[in-house]
Amino acid sequence: MRLTLKIWRQADAASEGAMHTYEIDDVSEDMSFLEMLDVLNEELQAKGEEPVAFDSDCREGICGMCGLMINGQAHGPEVTTTCQLHMRSFKDGDEIVIEPWRADAFPVVKDLCVDRGAFDRIIQAGGYISVNTGSAPEAHATPVPRDDALRAFNVATCIGCGACVAACPNGSASLFMGAKITHLGELPQGQPERDTRVVEMVGQHDHEGFGGCTNIGECTAACPKEIPLDVISRLNWDLHAAMRHGL
Amino acid sequence: MPDTTLTSDPSHDGPGAQSDDAAGYYTPGAPIADTKAPGGPIADRWQTRKFEARLVNPSNRRKLSIIIVGTGLAGGSAAATLGEAGYNVKSFCYQDSPRRAHSIAAQGGINAAKNYKEDGDSVHRLFYDTVKGGDYRSRESNVYRLAEVSTNIIDQCVAQGVPFAREYGGLLDNRSFGGVQVSRTFYARGQTGQQLLLGAYQALERQVAAGTVETFTRHEMLEVIIVDGKARGIIARDMVTGEIETHLADVVVLASGGYGNVFYLSTNAMGCNVTASWRAHRKGAYMANPCYTQIHPTCIPVSGAHQSKLTLMSESLRNDGRIWVPKKASDCEKDPRDIPEEDRDYYLERIYPSFGNLVPRDIASRAAKNVCDEGRGVGPAVEGVRRGVYLDFSAAIERLGRDGIEEKYDNLFDMYARITGEDPYSTPMRIYPAVHYVMGGLWVDYDLMSSIEGLFVTGEANFSDHGANRLGASALMQGLADGYFVLPHTIRDYLADGPFEPVPADHPAVVEAEQAVRTRIDTFMNSNGTRSVDSYHRELGNIMWEYCGMERTEEGLKKAIDLIRTLKDDFWRNVKVLGSAESLNQSLEKAGRVADFIELGELMCIDALNRRESCGGHFRGESQTEDGEALRHDDEFAYVAAWEFAGDGEAPILHKEELIYTAIEMKQRSYK
Ligand SMILES: Cc1cc2nc3c(=O)[nH]c(=O)nc-3n(C[C@H](O)[C@H](O)[C@H](O)COP(=O)(O)OP(=O)(O)OC[C@H]3O[C@@H](n4cnc5c(N)ncnc54)[C@H](O)[C@@H]3O)c2cc1C
Ligand code: SF4
Ligand code: FES
Repeated sequence: MRLTLKIWRQADAASEGAMHTYEIDDVSEDMSFLEMLDVLNEELQAKGEEPVAFDSDCREGICGMCGLMINGQAHGPEVTTTCQLHMRSFKDGDEIVIEPWRADAFPVVKDLCVDRGAFDRIIQAGGYISVNTGSAPEAHATPVPRDDALRAFNVATCIGCGACVAACPNGSASLFMGAKITHLGELPQGQPERDTRVVEMVGQHDHEGFGGCTNIGECTAACPKEIPLDVISRLNWDLHAAMRHGL
Repeated sequence: MPDTTLTSDPSHDGPGAQSDDAAGYYTPGAPIADTKAPGGPIADRWQTRKFEARLVNPSNRRKLSIIIVGTGLAGGSAAATLGEAGYNVKSFCYQDSPRRAHSIAAQGGINAAKNYKEDGDSVHRLFYDTVKGGDYRSRESNVYRLAEVSTNIIDQCVAQGVPFAREYGGLLDNRSFGGVQVSRTFYARGQTGQQLLLGAYQALERQVAAGTVETFTRHEMLEVIIVDGKARGIIARDMVTGEIETHLADVVVLASGGYGNVFYLSTNAMGCNVTASWRAHRKGAYMANPCYTQIHPTCIPVSGAHQSKLTLMSESLRNDGRIWVPKKASDCEKDPRDIPEEDRDYYLERIYPSFGNLVPRDIASRAAKNVCDEGRGVGPAVEGVRRGVYLDFSAAIERLGRDGIEEKYDNLFDMYARITGEDPYSTPMRIYPAVHYVMGGLWVDYDLMSSIEGLFVTGEANFSDHGANRLGASALMQGLADGYFVLPHTIRDYLADGPFEPVPADHPAVVEAEQAVRTRIDTFMNSNGTRSVDSYHRELGNIMWEYCGMERTEEGLKKAIDLIRTLKDDFWRNVKVLGSAESLNQSLEKAGRVADFIELGELMCIDALNRRESCGGHFRGESQTEDGEALRHDDEFAYVAAWEFAGDGEAPILHKEELIYTAIEMKQRSYK
């Protein structure tokens, strides 16, 4: 198929960016979206134009490195990562608008790449269980009910891609945070730090310039790992509990 | 020779005869005499070593600094543990966050000798299976240690909140993996690597908050700094600003992962590279067994020329899926559901009745290649040959119900459907082998130190634990064993020599390393060629897959070496990198990596040429039994090939480390 691509180009964080239009032919429907951009980049190179910078690594939907706004939707029209979006989701003659994640807390690094360091700093604030290497008890010492383990697993699958933030009109990272708080809070091992964890993470979140959650739900609709909206209720519940406990 | 059973091969000249296919391509060097493994009974060796390793008092640890390149399971776990211990750690990765390291992609599981199933597992059996699975080309002492610490890994990860699969009673569940007959693999649905890595990443971030670890993301290590024979730092490029930075420390750890991307198409992440290891190799670190490549049997087949990577379908699928192709080539185009049972060839179950679909990866991969070469492959023909076999779940769906299958493999089935556009619940999956993992890597001693003092290597980047073939679910185990439980002990013995003399920023070795990096980048930026970096990478990949892939021959390898030399020449004259070196420049990043891959590719071929035997993931056409099985030559090749860099354009130097087995008897592998 033949497509018209409108792509955001921006030399670096300090420069002004602008949309550029490119035509591309011979796109097969078996290509992933990023493979289509690879082909475009080879063509640009051949013409002496600098290739479009975009992030990716695993290309199988698990590392969370890729992420583009495609026609205004985080990761594009399907509920998946950009690297797992295939061109069979588009048709011949389509015009596709491609932009970087939009959020104040994710500054543009270049073209379609953004800086998501704020996510790491939220985890640093408490997104872990404190246990030093070598001091762990025998794994079977604490049984974990199967359903709890399953639920913890389901929300632990968050890949930290940032689509939830990009999709949110407020630029909130509540889904990302809620996923981690629910994952660790669901397990017996996560209880001792449950109160401090939520307070510290939320504090860091606000400090980074992410917006507040007003329950719009765009985050969960865009999340490639289908993290459910109720992790945000859990986040709020835990936060209130921590307040009640005097934190 | 050690006390072992030698293989006897009538076509072979007998013990002592030395085939030397690689004559002229290398220079013989001195053998490696000592690996520093303690002697005595194998079960005591690690305890002995730990006890003998000197201690560093907590107040002195603050004065010692460690650089760790890589934040995967090996690097992330090491950084977290050494940070906790109180050392100053600097951690580097090329991605935008440590959480994205390639370990995240591992699907199947992690082994540990917990024997929770009471099915006859033990440390000794895990050790035995791993050595046998590696076709007796790994190091006995290292593998035993790996099996020994495996149990602690599970405890550690559970305590960190890794949500492993559980049984109804709340205890951990297990499954079994290719090449073994016990259930010792712990898993978190099909995303075990992700969950383990998040555990290590969270432990790492906790140390960042505590101030013991500093992370450098979007930083690529491009050179090691060696002062008075010791590794004392690295040169890294800030990939966003292009700044060339010098980082000095008392010791350097490479945990930079594997180099399977030398084949261009592989299951590895796009950015996986050999640069950190190769730069170290050029400065004196030996590269061991580089030709040992693992080809994974269950990947989604190639669909076209645009393809940038191959996607693995977890091997755990082989527990429930049955592999087959039509008996008659004329049935290959038919809808598989229309082919009756009696016209199907369940070839693994037929040839290897006791292991069936669970034979080790090298055997499953080669068997798939053979049936496709015979013309019985399925799926679309790419370049005239159908390269695919069926992985059929219909019997399992009947047995366990669709729900049962969904619960076990849902995300894998979704992924398959997304990539191929076909529904694997209603029609059998198609799979084909792909490059997956490398057993070769930088040579290390028992302490995980390379042949450069003060340069340690962990995880997939080193060579020691898997021999010629890695059993499933063992790489995750090794990465975490190295990082949580082995390196922290061995490195302290090295650090006990501290405090070390500080290295001044203008030390000639620092200036030289930094200059070398700048010159190289300038060369790329000023090369006025016409070809893109990717086009070279693809070409290299084709050569490697064709001649140094699933089957190698003397003739093919010699041809490959010539082709690679020509390619290298052309690369340096004709490559084109646009943009600037002072900003994010992905072509420039790739150029450096491809340049290193080209040099590595040549060495892989030389190593493969030297090894005129078939073992594990290395299958030499000239060395097979009458029925086409791999034939080892223990009398000639029971050694690790450790290659020393001798200079540009010089033949590499081959050091041999003899493999001595005292706790296990060397046997021809048989899975029949
Ligand atoms: C698809 C897939 C599935 C797998 N499934 C399993 C499984 O089920 N079980 C199992 O046991 N194994 C599995 N493996 C193998 C296993 O995942 C890897 O061998 C293992 O994770 C490697 O870990 P590592 O820590 O050594 O390296 P990696 O996780 O690859 O980490 C490498 C690190 O080094 C950094 N790095 C590299 N070069 C540089 C440089 N020059 N400068 C700065 N940083 C650098 C990277 O940024 C990264 O942080 C699988 C592999 C693949 C590809
Ligand atoms: S919650 Fe979903 S969208 Fe947000 S970072 Fe995690 S995986 Fe991405
Ligand atoms: S590239 Fe890893 S999730 Fe897309």
